[in-house]
Amino acid sequence: MSRLPPPGQYAPGRSVLHRWSAGPKLVAVGVVLTALVVVARPWAVGVGLALATTGYVVAGVGWRVALAQVWPLRWFALVLVGVQWWLAGPQRAVVTVGALLVAVALAGLVSVTTRVSAMLEAFTRAAGPLRRVGVDPDRVALLLAMGVRAVPVVSGLAREVREAHWARGLPPDPRTYGVPLTVRTLRHADALGEALAARGLDD
Amino acid sequence: MIRLEGVSHRWGDRLVLDAVDLTLTEHRVGVVGANGSGKSTFVRLLNGLVLPERGSVQVDGLDTRTETAAVRRRVGFVFTDPDAQIVMPTVAEDVALGLRRHVRDAAERSVRVESALAAVGLAGLADHPAHLLSGGEKQLLALAGVLVCEPSVLVCDEPTTLLDLRNTRVVMDMLHALPQRLVMVTHDLDTLDGFDRVLVFDGGRVVADDAPAAAVAAYRALVSR
Repeated sequence: MSRLPPPGQYAPGRSVLHRWSAGPKLVAVGVVLTALVVVARPWAVGVGLALATTGYVVAGVGWRVALAQVWPLRWFALVLVGVQWWLAGPQRAVVTVGALLVAVALAGLVSVTTRVSAMLEAFTRAAGPLRRVGVDPDRVALLLAMGVRAVPVVSGLAREVREAHWARGLPPDPRTYGVPLTVRTLRHADALGEALAARGLDD
Repeated sequence: MIRLEGVSHRWGDRLVLDAVDLTLTEHRVGVVGANGSGKSTFVRLLNGLVLPERGSVQVDGLDTRTETAAVRRRVGFVFTDPDAQIVMPTVAEDVALGLRRHVRDAAERSVRVESALAAVGLAGLADHPAHLLSGGEKQLLALAGVLVCEPSVLVCDEPTTLLDLRNTRVVMDMLHALPQRLVMVTHDLDTLDGFDRVLVFDGGRVVADDAPAAAVAAYRALVSR
């Protein structure tokens, strides 16, 4: 399963879900998850899973993209099922883990059918009233975008530091791994700040 | 026109630019020099990324110290490492980023993004994840992100240093085809063919200022001393 696409990565398409704007999609996901938590029954989890599955089919992004959203949860979900089963019984285990899977699958569905820029636009609109208390929604949106971008950047830097370790035959050591990774991450942040300033995004 | 008058600058105790006076009116200006010679600081002055400790820098009559935002809209900057310039997850979104504050109309943003991507040959990659592009494509993306803001001057700090021969050629052909004035720092002396003027920096001063062939000869003589 190492060839699955990264979770949350936008998958271009022309489906109804792709055309639906970000705000209503996020509200719909919020409504479904709230209902799931309030009802808290196995049949509700079944309905949630059916909705998520239908959503991915309608989006037409393929099973690999769908699986990529929940695959990173597999070990955590397995442990959680065992713990919940032991502590609260099988129904609670199904409801808790099922609700978690539905939440992640639906959040992933929003991510793969919505450009980050569209989500940021929705956020900027929704956070508009915060201008009155001195918050700049554009800046917060830019911060969120950089957070999303940081995931592949930092994982790429981590891979390079790890490869440098292997190349020099160094044993695994959190200090010799963490220090260069931190330094390189800070240098990247510095360069990114300079690039943002050059693009006029700091005025 | 770009004018530097009596510009000096220090990083800590180190003097990196020493009383530089220059007037640049040419279409393509190359900048060469050894590491630490002051050339990167020089080009950062042109966009207002660095403000001079002494003296003044003006771009088309705008002072970088007092009219920084206007200067940055006029002067686009392309860095050596395109990875440091990519913020958004997909190609089109990253190009559109520079327009967020200045162009509120989504339709106009979209048209300008398509046009910028077409100009650098990335039109078919609009929805592609930006971090999965090749090195050359990333540098072209960085270039599109600058061109979409329609600058009148383009400053490039070693834009081909991390690229292979083919991508260097692609990026250089692109830069030569642009109507914008170009100021480019490079260590690849072959890329200076066709430039109008080349400045050679050493120890924070311009030690040669000539047509490419003569300036490159002066630079070679300098490093072989």
